[in-house]
Amino acid sequence: MSDYDTLIAILYATVRAGTPLVFAALGELVTEKAGVLNLGIEGMMLIGAVTGFAVTVVTGSPALGVLAAAVAGALASLLHGFLTLTLRTNQVATGLALTLFGTGLSAFVGLAYIGTPIRAMQAVAVPGLADLPLLGPALFRHYPLVYLSWALFAAVSVFLYRTRAGLILRAVGESPGAAHAIGYPVVGIRYLAVMFGGATSGLGGAYLSLAYTPQWAENMTAGRGWIALALVVFATWRPARVLLGAYLFGAITIIGLHVEARGIEIPSHLLAMLPYLATIVVLVVISRDATQIRLHAPGSLGKPFHPDD
Amino acid sequence: MRVSIEPRGEPSRWLRYGSPLIALGLTVVAATVLFSALGRNPLIALEVFFLRPVASLYGLSELAVKAAPLALCAIGLTIGFRGNVWNIGAEGQLTLGAICGGGVALAAAGHEGPWLIPLMVVAAGLGGMAWGAIPAFLKTRFNANEILTSLMLTYVAIQLLGYLVHGPWRDPEGFNFPQSRMFDDQALLPVLIEGTRLHAGVLLALIAVVAGWVLLQRTFIGFQIKVVGQAPFAASYAGYSRNRVVWLSFLVSGGLAGLAGLGEVAGPIGQLTPTISPGYGFAAIIVAFLGRLHAVGVLLASLLMALLYLGGESLQMNLNLPPAITGVFQGMLLFFVLAADVFIRYRIRFLASSARAPADV
Repeated sequence: MSDYDTLIAILYATVRAGTPLVFAALGELVTEKAGVLNLGIEGMMLIGAVTGFAVTVVTGSPALGVLAAAVAGALASLLHGFLTLTLRTNQVATGLALTLFGTGLSAFVGLAYIGTPIRAMQAVAVPGLADLPLLGPALFRHYPLVYLSWALFAAVSVFLYRTRAGLILRAVGESPGAAHAIGYPVVGIRYLAVMFGGATSGLGGAYLSLAYTPQWAENMTAGRGWIALALVVFATWRPARVLLGAYLFGAITIIGLHVEARGIEIPSHLLAMLPYLATIVVLVVISRDATQIRLHAPGSLGKPFHPDD
Repeated sequence: MRVSIEPRGEPSRWLRYGSPLIALGLTVVAATVLFSALGRNPLIALEVFFLRPVASLYGLSELAVKAAPLALCAIGLTIGFRGNVWNIGAEGQLTLGAICGGGVALAAAGHEGPWLIPLMVVAAGLGGMAWGAIPAFLKTRFNANEILTSLMLTYVAIQLLGYLVHGPWRDPEGFNFPQSRMFDDQALLPVLIEGTRLHAGVLLALIAVVAGWVLLQRTFIGFQIKVVGQAPFAASYAGYSRNRVVWLSFLVSGGLAGLAGLGEVAGPIGQLTPTISPGYGFAAIIVAFLGRLHAVGVLLASLLMALLYLGGESLQMNLNLPPAITGVFQGMLLFFVLAADVFIRYRIRFLASSARAPADV
């Protein structure tokens, strides 16, 4: 394989591996921008993954599967929303509960589907762009869900910084008291933000079970939901950096395969540690600069707000 | 008519202790619905799940065997959660304890003596502590979120165990299975009751619960942990160090989780295998909350959580239902207890839609 081909292969695989993180982290970004910390991403991704898989098996339509995964993710996030927003429970504990519940529920529901084969989602070449040198084969011959993740990125960026609704959402996250005083329905807006995060987590899960590794396996997200949470901090709550960070992690995930292909032997278990170690490293690098975090973190992140209090 | 959730004048004492029972009741109701939906007679299923596993002495001993690691992990987590320190990596610390304690057992093969088990216990405790020290250091030195770092280290620990049992520590005579040699008899925790698997690790758990109670309820440091957790500003005004609480929480909970790991590999398992815990470190989070972040509560809650594990196995044996149901019930139980806890400080009011009821003074 020439170096040119290797480069294309690495870029292609990086995008492929980073996509579930793009979905989950962009959703969590919006949720956190509204002031809600949802630690349940891992659970919502698993629920999305198993739902998407099951619906695809039953209906034979991956499109329906993807849609169902988004709906299931949003419904699961409503559990978090109801507890933290209506009942005012602790957001950290509730998010953990959602992850534990989602892990258990998906394992239970998914039992019937272990080993069930499905047709993997087909990659689609974008007419015209797919023939570009380097970029064509690296970026424009992916699964439709990859393109959807880019559309999502564009939509989130524009929504947050170029629309009035996005401004209101950020205001709710910065200063819920002030937003409430002007007359915005803080709790309602937070519900929507939480559900958006749930839906994209579901999509991230469906990408895993329908496209990336087309099968259902218990706990198949393998901590990607938690890495997505770390990515939002790493990105200091900015969409472009979320995208960049997701692909950085995608690259770290696949780098092992390419090292092995070059004949260098490293035990696979040690290579599998890399994304987790990298997450710790980037968290440390970003967090040591406390001012950066303070400047960019939504002001009310993780703090409950209720108009009656 | 509208429903409103309003603060109570005073927290409800009754609900403080009653809410885990309410949560358990709601979980039983949900279980009844689930069993019916699966086409099983719910009464029989409930009996198989909750009663049959503990209807014999052997069943009760199994309950204790499963409750021990849960209590060990949860008592440590309780200390942290009280101080608002979120160690959710007990599973990883448990794994490191198993690796270090088990490593001593493997290294000492052929040179056993009465010193072996104490040395394994110390190694396991130190291993768990070392794994807990990493998030503590990153938190206090670099302000890195301990939830994420401790969880990431869990995945690293599990991969490390996988590497060891697939690679350097694999049993050469094990037909290529990814597992270590069986430990020698002298490296196994003594069994307390003949004919059961009840091992001495259960005593370690009981000691930890008592020590945890003393630390939390009867010492100044226990008081400091509570103040740092509930009133950080008051704590810093009083000169209590948050960093010290972070370190203490992680070292204690890491060490105890390490002991839990040792109890598994030197107890029921007897060797190192790729999976040594069915998620005890995560279930311990539920145990800590269900036990009201209190030592006695943790003891009771760990027994209940152990029953959920046994119940799952019993369903599989008797009714051919998947044991994964345990995970569903565990998650539900935590949701229900978090929701029920709200009503310690709040109450539901039904108001006429036209006028707002006056706030009671």
